[in-house]
Amino acid sequence: MKKYKENTFNVIDQQQSILQPWQDPRVLSRYRTRKLKNSLFKIFPIVSLLAILYPLLDILYMFAYKGVQVISFTRLTGLTSGYVGLANEIVGTFFLIALSSAIVIPMGVSGGIYMAEFSRKSKYTEMVHFVIDILAGVPSIVLGYAGYLLLVLYLGCGFSALAGAITLSVLMLPYIIRTTELSLNRVPTSIREAATALGCTKTTMINRLTLRFALPGILTGILLAISIAFGETAALLFTTGASDYMPTGALCNSQVGYLTYAIFQFSPFQSPFASANNLAYLAAFLLIIIVLSINIIARIGLRRLSKI
Amino acid sequence: MQHRSADKIYKYVTAMGGGNALLFIFVIGAILVIFSYPSLVVNGLHFFSSITWNPHLSGEMITMNGIKTISGASYGMVVFAVGTLISSALALLFGVPIGLGVAIFLSQTAPKKVTAPISFLVEMMAGIPSVIYGFWGFIVLGPFLLNVVEPGLAAHLSFIPFFNPPVYGYGLLASGMILALMIVPIIASISRDAMLQTPKELKEGAVALGLTKWEFIRSMVLPFAKTSIIGSIILGLGRSLGETMAVAMVAGGAVNYLPHTFFYSTNTMAAFMALSMDSAFTDPSGMFISALVELALVLMIITTTVNVIARALVKRGFISSETVIKI
Repeated sequence: MKKYKENTFNVIDQQQSILQPWQDPRVLSRYRTRKLKNSLFKIFPIVSLLAILYPLLDILYMFAYKGVQVISFTRLTGLTSGYVGLANEIVGTFFLIALSSAIVIPMGVSGGIYMAEFSRKSKYTEMVHFVIDILAGVPSIVLGYAGYLLLVLYLGCGFSALAGAITLSVLMLPYIIRTTELSLNRVPTSIREAATALGCTKTTMINRLTLRFALPGILTGILLAISIAFGETAALLFTTGASDYMPTGALCNSQVGYLTYAIFQFSPFQSPFASANNLAYLAAFLLIIIVLSINIIARIGLRRLSKI
Repeated sequence: MQHRSADKIYKYVTAMGGGNALLFIFVIGAILVIFSYPSLVVNGLHFFSSITWNPHLSGEMITMNGIKTISGASYGMVVFAVGTLISSALALLFGVPIGLGVAIFLSQTAPKKVTAPISFLVEMMAGIPSVIYGFWGFIVLGPFLLNVVEPGLAAHLSFIPFFNPPVYGYGLLASGMILALMIVPIIASISRDAMLQTPKELKEGAVALGLTKWEFIRSMVLPFAKTSIIGSIILGLGRSLGETMAVAMVAGGAVNYLPHTFFYSTNTMAAFMALSMDSAFTDPSGMFISALVELALVLMIITTTVNVIARALVKRGFISSETVIKI
């Protein structure tokens, strides 16, 4: 009996064409377009991800493949004269990095300490923040030009390790100041309050407490800055010069070879010789390994930083 | 008393560290202005209106307004300015959708297990040196464009004015693509951080209203992260305007002519500065170097403006300063 009634109702509905809202063709078509849009959208992030991962993996794969092909003991220990090896470039790169780190780390860390510990939110701090933002955005070739004009030409240091290292340190400074300041700012206020309550002077508090808490973060910033310096070419082209022999250790008027220069100058872009091209592939391989391992170490450090 | 003076010494010593940044930027600006002065005087407005860059080294040395130069030399930056602007525009055209797509993937649609490794890969991309991108572009991307992509585009799209043959491989398209690769990590990581800040209430509301994922992202996530996204795009623009080595190796090194299609070889201000300093050393009048320094000055003014705007926007958004530093 009941069943019969339902059926009649349905029949009546259809006859009078009174539709439930979800049966309305307009609603249905809107629903379909919404669904279609959504499924089209689902593809978009994946496509863009592939578009970016494919070149990255291709770069890593290609240089790893070529690098393993050309790596050899002579190419790692020979001098560049006659395209034998990259020893002087490797030593030169580390020499430049050590020199610029020695210049910039004290500067950057102390700048960060001042802004985080002595004058938060002062005019001076605001100005330094602004200038750091500008400095971080100056193209490295412009820094290279300024270094060339001031250090190489005007001050007469010539193409040299010192000119290159000072230019690199300008490049690294913003990163180190900002990370130092940031990690010091993250040290909990309770620690500062406890130190003050115990009668610590500011000097003791910074050296014994806050700096130690902020150390992983500061080291991360320094490592990131160093990895940027490792990969820098344009800033060094006209400040460091180029050399086929081991760096003499002299700071001025003694040109130094470095890895990125080998990549730029020995690649097929500039050099037709296969022996030179092989060195460029090897240099690229070494540079990628160095930069990526520094980045990985730094990111592990970052993770520790965020736990404070 | 002793301790307090120690504090004071500590304060002033550390203050000098940050002051170095002020010193550096002042010195860089002053150096660029001083050394570009001869070119500013001699070339004047010609520098901004001419497409001819010809040092005319065989000419006679003359003195103009008390400054040595070579007769018949012409220094105009239009070719490089146009190349810089178009390649950066192409980079944004490719890089913005891809960067936003990656950001949406990482913050909204990705399964939790893959988020960390893919974020890591994307951040790794930002760490790869530009000369490596250039090298890869020179041996892989350029030939690929020359042999596969550009003939195809030229065959099928030649009714659009900027897609006519001939094809070159190294040129605007290659520069734009390499630059896009370099700015995607910037856009993706900043936008992802901003999108992750979307309040949970919005998401709950969206679910309650029965919005699809796309509607939720379009109407809630994107507007919420808008400021930071625009900031990240401008930051990427600043990076691509000043990018040197990668572009230098794939741009094709055009001088004295403007690009007619997207396949034409080109030159950007930064790339030209990197590639032509060696020939500038041979100019006895020093005008070549001075003109290059003027180019550097113009580039620095442009990138500084772009960067200041970008960083102000990014900071107004909801971004941890960590992300900004990483870039």
